[in-house]
Amino acid sequence: MLATIAFYVLAVIAVISAFAVISARNPVHSVLFLILTFFTAAGLFVLLGAEFLAMLLVIVYVGAVAVLFLFVVMMLDVDFVELKQGFLSYMPIGALIAAALLAELGLVASAAVSANGAPIAIAPAENTGITNAEAIGQVLYTDYLLVFQMAGLVLFVAMIGAIVLTLRHRPGVRKQDIAAQVGRKRSEGVELKDIRPGQGLG
Amino acid sequence: MEITLAHYLFVAAALFTIGVFGIFVNRKNVIIILMSIELVLLSVNINLVAFSAYLQNLEGQIFAMMVLTVAAAEAAVGLAILVTYFRNRGNIAVEDINQMRG
Repeated sequence: MLATIAFYVLAVIAVISAFAVISARNPVHSVLFLILTFFTAAGLFVLLGAEFLAMLLVIVYVGAVAVLFLFVVMMLDVDFVELKQGFLSYMPIGALIAAALLAELGLVASAAVSANGAPIAIAPAENTGITNAEAIGQVLYTDYLLVFQMAGLVLFVAMIGAIVLTLRHRPGVRKQDIAAQVGRKRSEGVELKDIRPGQGLG
Repeated sequence: MEITLAHYLFVAAALFTIGVFGIFVNRKNVIIILMSIELVLLSVNINLVAFSAYLQNLEGQIFAMMVLTVAAAEAAVGLAILVTYFRNRGNIAVEDINQMRG
């Protein structure tokens, strides 16, 4: 019973906050609503018995991706009100396509689930004595080892790509060049002058 | 009343639709478009995890993890492109992004 209430609360909050993401005037509010959506989805994952993935969602999305979005939104000095123009002009076609999409997905979902009459209840994960994280680890590091490695490669390439894209060399900026500092010779830096007594330099 | 697979599928369908709708109505704001894509990927994740619980099979959760990885990578690269674009142009209006058209 409590799980049912929790599901409905989480589902409603998820849908409402997802709608707020796309309709908020201020993009910072959009990012905050995105965080709420992901947090709520993590709650739904917990209800489904996927605790590990729920925590992963909170760490990766709320902790990293949403903060990244927040950084970019605050860093770019853009007139967001101007970007909001045209919201209404795209509304009819967007609403049409969204309605068609929702009808199709709903139809498929209800047809697939009630194929044999009665709807099927989701059973929480079988109580076999091992936790969800342990079960995932047993599969991930054996059957899906290659996929796991590829995921790491994807993240690596994305990291390098993001760095390469945003790195810039500005000509006027002085930076420390350690190789030049260390490789300096005595002859390049020191000059000995023979000065006669009573005369200055010059 | 028992929560069934269909309930989760409907929530995921609603999130997916909202994501696609967000791409349509925010044609000018790339940041909101990227967030809409994140919403779409999240709805896919909900579907995968719901079926994983329904079938008592962990493969769905592994798939969801891979989707998560790709979504994080996509967000990072997308935002990096956005920052570079803003540096060059001074705005992020999507409609002007046709410089690379051949």
